[in-house]
Amino acid sequence: MTANGIGAPVRRKEDFRFITGQGQYTDDVVRPGETRAVFVRSPHAHAKIKKIDVAAAKKMPGVVDVLTGAQLATDKVGNLICGWMIHSKDGSPMKMAPHPALAASTVNHVGDAVAVVIAETTAQGKDAAEKVVVDYEVLPAVVDPAKAQAKGAPQIHADVPNNTIYQWHLGDQKAVEAAFKAAKHVTKLDIVNNRLVPNAMEPRAALADYDAGNDSLTLWNTSQNPHVARLVISAFVGIAPEHKLRVIAPDVGGGFGSKIFIYPEEVVCLWAARKVKRPVKWTSERSEAFLTDAHGRDHITRAELALDSNGKILALRAKTIANLGAYMSTFSSSVPTYLYATLLSGQYDIPQIYCEVDAVYTNTVPVDAYRGAGRPEATFVVERLVEVAARQLGLDPTDLRKRNFIKNFPHQTPVIMAYDAGDYNASLKKAIELADVKNFGKRKRESARHGKLRGIGYSTYIEACGIAPSQAVGSLGAGVGLWESAEVRVNPTGSVEVLTGTHAHGQGHETTFAQLVSERLGIPFESVSIVHGDTDKVQFGMGTYGSRSGAVGMSAIVKALDKIEAKAKKVAGFMMEASENDIEFKDGKFTVKGTDKSVGFGDVALNAYIAHKFTGAELEPGLKETSFYDPTNFTFPAGCHICEVEIDQETGKTEIANWVAVDDFGTVINPMIVEGQVHGGIAQGVGQALLEGAVYDANGQLVTGSLMDYTMPRAHDLPSFHVGLTETKSPSNPLGIKGCGEAGAIAAPAAVINAITDALGTEDIAMPATANAVWQAMQKHPPKAA
Amino acid sequence: MYNFTFHRPTTVRQAAGLLARNPEGKLLAGGHSLLPVMKQRLAQPSALVDLSQVEGMTGVELKGRSVVIGAMTRHADVAKSDVLKEVLPGLASVPGSIGDPQVRNRGTIGGSIANNDPNADYPAACLGLGATIITNKRRIAADDFFTGMFSTALEDGEIIVKVSFPIAKKAAYEKFKHPASGFALVGVFVSKRGPDIRVAVTGAGSNGVFRVKSFEEALKKRFSPKSIEGMTIPASGMNSDIHATPEYRAHLVGVLAKRALAKATA
Ligand SMILES: Cc1cc2nc3c(=O)[nH]c(=O)nc-3n(C[C@H](O)[C@H](O)[C@H](O)COP(=O)(O)OP(=O)(O)OC[C@H]3O[C@@H](n4cnc5c(N)ncnc54)[C@H](O)[C@@H]3O)c2cc1C
Repeated sequence: MTANGIGAPVRRKEDFRFITGQGQYTDDVVRPGETRAVFVRSPHAHAKIKKIDVAAAKKMPGVVDVLTGAQLATDKVGNLICGWMIHSKDGSPMKMAPHPALAASTVNHVGDAVAVVIAETTAQGKDAAEKVVVDYEVLPAVVDPAKAQAKGAPQIHADVPNNTIYQWHLGDQKAVEAAFKAAKHVTKLDIVNNRLVPNAMEPRAALADYDAGNDSLTLWNTSQNPHVARLVISAFVGIAPEHKLRVIAPDVGGGFGSKIFIYPEEVVCLWAARKVKRPVKWTSERSEAFLTDAHGRDHITRAELALDSNGKILALRAKTIANLGAYMSTFSSSVPTYLYATLLSGQYDIPQIYCEVDAVYTNTVPVDAYRGAGRPEATFVVERLVEVAARQLGLDPTDLRKRNFIKNFPHQTPVIMAYDAGDYNASLKKAIELADVKNFGKRKRESARHGKLRGIGYSTYIEACGIAPSQAVGSLGAGVGLWESAEVRVNPTGSVEVLTGTHAHGQGHETTFAQLVSERLGIPFESVSIVHGDTDKVQFGMGTYGSRSGAVGMSAIVKALDKIEAKAKKVAGFMMEASENDIEFKDGKFTVKGTDKSVGFGDVALNAYIAHKFTGAELEPGLKETSFYDPTNFTFPAGCHICEVEIDQETGKTEIANWVAVDDFGTVINPMIVEGQVHGGIAQGVGQALLEGAVYDANGQLVTGSLMDYTMPRAHDLPSFHVGLTETKSPSNPLGIKGCGEAGAIAAPAAVINAITDALGTEDIAMPATANAVWQAMQKHPPKAA
Repeated sequence: MYNFTFHRPTTVRQAAGLLARNPEGKLLAGGHSLLPVMKQRLAQPSALVDLSQVEGMTGVELKGRSVVIGAMTRHADVAKSDVLKEVLPGLASVPGSIGDPQVRNRGTIGGSIANNDPNADYPAACLGLGATIITNKRRIAADDFFTGMFSTALEDGEIIVKVSFPIAKKAAYEKFKHPASGFALVGVFVSKRGPDIRVAVTGAGSNGVFRVKSFEEALKKRFSPKSIEGMTIPASGMNSDIHATPEYRAHLVGVLAKRALAKATA
């Protein structure tokens, strides 16, 4: 390992820029003659648009133009799409209703945009937006997914009866039924996985610039995957052909999934820029973000676990209603299906699993992937079931887990996934030690002396990262491939640029990717720069989500580096007049086997470009290689989180007394960054379990529409985490990486709720378990004195 | 934000004059309640009269058996006042529980009291200590000042100049934070000054800050948590929202009152 190579806790290169306020975010980009877009949004959850009158608004000072959904339709701007096809049980395709970037005939959620004002300043735009008169005929709304399919529920989209997008299933229903019949014990749970609002630090933004001379458009936007954005906007929305559209996602301040998707606002900015022939910028405000960023989770599930008399799991069954909101967002269909039901085996050897999922439309903000995407929902189902089953059977929850852990790999689950490597006992054992479970009883008695209830909760989670290979995801309905690309450009002076198709928005790729290159080429970490986020610079790539950048993105870099090494050996061979087969490369030096003849990497780079030592017939000059890498399988990070809580019996307030996380992420490139990812993930998971939850009233108004009502986790809500690692390498990629970005958010909710229910002695508590909720639960089920 | 004119007077008299000439104008103190609603376009004052340069409106002073705090004194400055920490630590603890550092470095006691947010902390301290609100026109007892949520006895053009707090021998504040906003979901201020016993509650009531006479009565025998053990207040009249039921708020009033009493008598 070099000082800054693989495994070194190197400080993040990008942080100097971010911490000193020198990051370049979309809103920081300024184009000459730039105008501002202000959207006119529906105050109603469901309404017919009878008429829009923009005459008064157009006369307001500073107004360049006011555009409506009708004009968008006239200009034949295409609808936004969902790019993952799901088929129902009966074989019918999912029912995707039209999603125009500006609503023309009906609005379907509060915040749905109906018009846009293009003005010299935002303030002028807002003044004018107030003058746009929209005549609505308010329609009844449905916001509760449990009621969306009911007879008589308001139908949101014309061709989607019962608001049902699909009725999907996975697994062998008959075999599961038989297993349940034969079971000694069945544990049943009704679970609500609460709806979350992502709240990335940087709000979404878009800046579109039209070059009339070339009839081309440039879009700066807050995207986790600029190439995918360009593809969708070209091929489906039809704003411009792919080669006439450049998408740049500069520094992006957090995404958590919410910036994967293609949103109406960026489409409208592009369309408007061409219309008004001036750059158009939109930057979301926090209140707008609450009403327009895709939300996360929102499942209602009935889950059952069948066990024999020894606590061996026989089968699992789940029926889920997934709320997808008013429109199908870009990848929404895949989240409650292939990213959810496929993980219902958890870390356990479960012979039979059957899962049914109904996806429904409601008059709420669209729901799509959010940190973990489907896997937190699956983990919550499995880990709650297992914990409750252990309690009901009078078994220690760790014991029940151990009895059912998968121990032999590869392991084929009944729900598609083939786990390739893991050691679930190892992470559980290490976590139990770190959490000092042995002395939990003592701590519980001590808490009781202070009038507090103490509980301990486990979550032995599994997730699937680096969704791949492309052929497999294609067969499951994905509209895209899920490989990744890299280009390694060695400069004549020996410094290196890596162009990656992934995108960093907080993950630290500029550091970790440079560590890999530094280690492989033996050059200083400082001599490597990482380029991403610009479709004009970087070859096509799939972006960053699903903890894929390490497992898939870095693997592509490895493949390109392999090619660089091979070519450099040829150059070195010419330089030292030896056969390329006799050249060895180590620590940045090329040596002729068995001699002391050697040349450095920098020399070789220079010679590759000056090309004085070989002819063009012998070797092409230059040192630049590209790779498109498609993995052989998903990766399967797994681990054990243990949460200990203390509950104030008088107020119902839960304090997290201790947190232990032992994760198996395979190879770790930078342990400090990995630990940071775990911390952030846990914070979001704790947020879901204790604090966060989007609430709509019956009319479809978002009650939690600001940070005054929507509770984000704060530092004081969290303890100091104790983080440990175990390691089994992923056999599915050359580095053995599994991915760490989502683990915390996936593991944490079940750990918290298992701890709280352990403390309270009742399972009857929903997320978020606020002090109010816990107190109500204690009124209903008075806890036994410890 | 809509357009407005901006004025920066240096005396209370000038400020009052500006308000008189701008009937749709508003005083600006720390701006941490006013500016957010202006940014959301929910308030449209024609003029802002900034009090930040007005003489004699800041500071914490000991005056006989009272502490007098200038209306423009920032929360952070009240929190760190040595005088206050010495003579009335129960009051000194109140501003420290408000918001975050940015809010504490800008927000003022006068602004907080004038605004009378039903979840704000200072109103509980004023009512819980029997403070006197001193304006450019008169002196108003806290008992008469807070007239309902977001409403006070202040007349048009009236400016809070100072607030005078009698020094109570025993006083303490206990706050249960609203999970999202950090304001008081429920806050209880208790004090005892000779025979004057006060229990004031913020956050819980649907009509703003109020006193709990039943607790005060019970505490007359002995100013101790034991005296109100098992006592509750009725849930009717409590606020109800997604964050807390009326029953929970009523329950918290009892819990926090006991905790405040324990603190005050420690
Ligand atoms: C993020 C955040 C968190 C907060 N958390 C809390 C909290 O935990 N607890 C809490 O109590 N408060 C909290 N606040 C409110 C904060 O304390 C405000 O600063 C305070 O309520 C208003 O004071 P101000 O000086 O900012 O007044 P401004 O916003 O300037 O004015 C408020 C109102 O009072 C009027 N006014 C101001 N000064 C005077 C005067 N001298 N005479 C007459 N009228 C006047 C103004 O015209 C205006 O109508 C929070 C605010 C924010 C933004």
